[in-house]
Amino acid sequence: MSTRKTRRQVWGLVGRYTLLAVLSIVVLFPIYITVVNALLTGDQLGSRTPTLFPLHPVWENFSKAWSDGHFGHYMVNSFVVTLLIVTGQLITAVFAGYAFAFLEFPFKRTLFVVFLATLMVPFEVTIIQNLTTVTDLGIYNSYAGLAIPFMATGFGAFLMRQAFLGVPRDLQDAASLDGYGHWRFMTRVAVPLVRPSVAALGVFAFLSAWNQYLWPLLVTKDDQFRTVQVGLKQLAGSTIGDIPLRFAGAAIAVVPLAILLIVFQKQLVRGLTAGAVKG
Amino acid sequence: MTPDGDLTKVADPADTPFGIVVDKPQEFPRSRRKLKEAGLAYFLLLPALLIFAVFIFYPFLKNFQLATQQVPPFPGLPTKNVGLDQFGDVLGSKDFLNSLWTTVLFALITVPIGLILGLALAMVAHQKLKGIAIFRTIFSSTVATSIAVAAVIFGTLMNPQVGLLPWLGINPQPPFLENPGLALPAVAVATIWQSLGLSFILMSSGLQSVPDDLLEAAEVDGAGAWSKFRNVTLPLLSPTVFFAIVVGTIFAFQTFGQIDLLTQGGPIKKTNVLTYYIYSTLRESRDPGKAAVLAIALFVITMLLTLFQLRFLERRVHYAR
Repeated sequence: MSTRKTRRQVWGLVGRYTLLAVLSIVVLFPIYITVVNALLTGDQLGSRTPTLFPLHPVWENFSKAWSDGHFGHYMVNSFVVTLLIVTGQLITAVFAGYAFAFLEFPFKRTLFVVFLATLMVPFEVTIIQNLTTVTDLGIYNSYAGLAIPFMATGFGAFLMRQAFLGVPRDLQDAASLDGYGHWRFMTRVAVPLVRPSVAALGVFAFLSAWNQYLWPLLVTKDDQFRTVQVGLKQLAGSTIGDIPLRFAGAAIAVVPLAILLIVFQKQLVRGLTAGAVKG
Repeated sequence: MTPDGDLTKVADPADTPFGIVVDKPQEFPRSRRKLKEAGLAYFLLLPALLIFAVFIFYPFLKNFQLATQQVPPFPGLPTKNVGLDQFGDVLGSKDFLNSLWTTVLFALITVPIGLILGLALAMVAHQKLKGIAIFRTIFSSTVATSIAVAAVIFGTLMNPQVGLLPWLGINPQPPFLENPGLALPAVAVATIWQSLGLSFILMSSGLQSVPDDLLEAAEVDGAGAWSKFRNVTLPLLSPTVFFAIVVGTIFAFQTFGQIDLLTQGGPIKKTNVLTYYIYSTLRESRDPGKAAVLAIALFVITMLLTLFQLRFLERRVHYAR
């Protein structure tokens, strides 16, 4: 009886792992085939008997996408813009969150509603005038034009406020007895205590900034400032005869986020589950 | 908004006009401290408020002014103020109704399928097994891709010059992205795959809130797997599901990158979703007035969906307490 049960358990286990493995293959297949196709020649790619494993990988496709396709340059642009946005968002969110959680001031409620109201306006609604504004400010086709509009979000401020509200009030009283002003309390006590939330916001901001498409498309006019996402469109448009290069470009564009996902999975999950609220 | 002691508490008597009692010697320094505190607060809020003012509120309000301006039929002529007429013209036009219907259809395809697939993956990954963390990472892996990446991958795979799909016997004529009946579903496939990771993550976090002892109790009562899912898991998961539906619909109304990369709204406007319509009106027709009307429509739809969601979330908070 007990051996039979064990055998059933073993088969159950095999079944479970098989199901998980099959689903993993289905989910990962588009990425796998992208990498494979990026390593093929154009002829192999067009062949009606597809190559599912490249025996003679054409690594030049990657270097061609990187240099001729300007992907090296696009990557630098994406990193600069993303880091500007993440830094800006973290600073504005910590500042505003701290004010809403720890300070008393006139119009606090009204201002909080103003912050929440920003969540209701999708960026797509504001592009018409923003394009004019950015041009008038002289930051069209520049890092500033790409980054500044996204350096503050209502969501970030809200997330940090919630985190700061979890910091015990006694700590603030104790710090103030020690002669800590608000500034020192914020930077030395409050922010270190809510580090997990800061990290979640940072990773979430990185993900959304890196993946932006509409605004970079509107606000850049040449390769000097194009980001990776918009670069994919350039690559698709300019190398019509050379399809493997498109796959190489797509594979390159994923690498930074794949690393982010593996290293900061926990923070990313936290940020996404909270961040989806933003819609 | 969440009820919160900080915002709703009755002010300290010292703050009220009648609280200004002169016989307290510490009153003056105290209010000076309050002034300093308020100053600091405004300083901390200023950067965010400045960005909101310039890049959210001003352009948002400007839409209403732009919407009354009609772009002249020939360049060089002055723009005409047509008041609210343009709203009727644009919102009643066949192009707008087509665009709205296309977007709704797109949401009707992508949201339920994405949700069900995400839930299925979450259920499969919701078990105690050695190495399950690896599978969880794999199932959430598509969050590392962007919509542009997904569009390029699927768009290129669907290119008839690429041999894989024809080899599998999938070779529609005209090809996917030029086929009026297949273009929108094809774009939806790329979208669903890209959002699968997010859907999985959301559903997994929802499943974690279903208490194990409740499922065990149902098992003791003789409930089968389906009955447990139907009668225990699903009701407890319903807030997450509701949330995913609303957020997914809001996302669907912001669909842009995959359309721009794959179909440019075609063939015969079969994929002309609302955000792409705004973009092409602004960029190709160079008609900011009409684009502004469309942007306002997008805002109203998003607002209704958000309010719907907030109302529900509020009710949920009450249940929880």
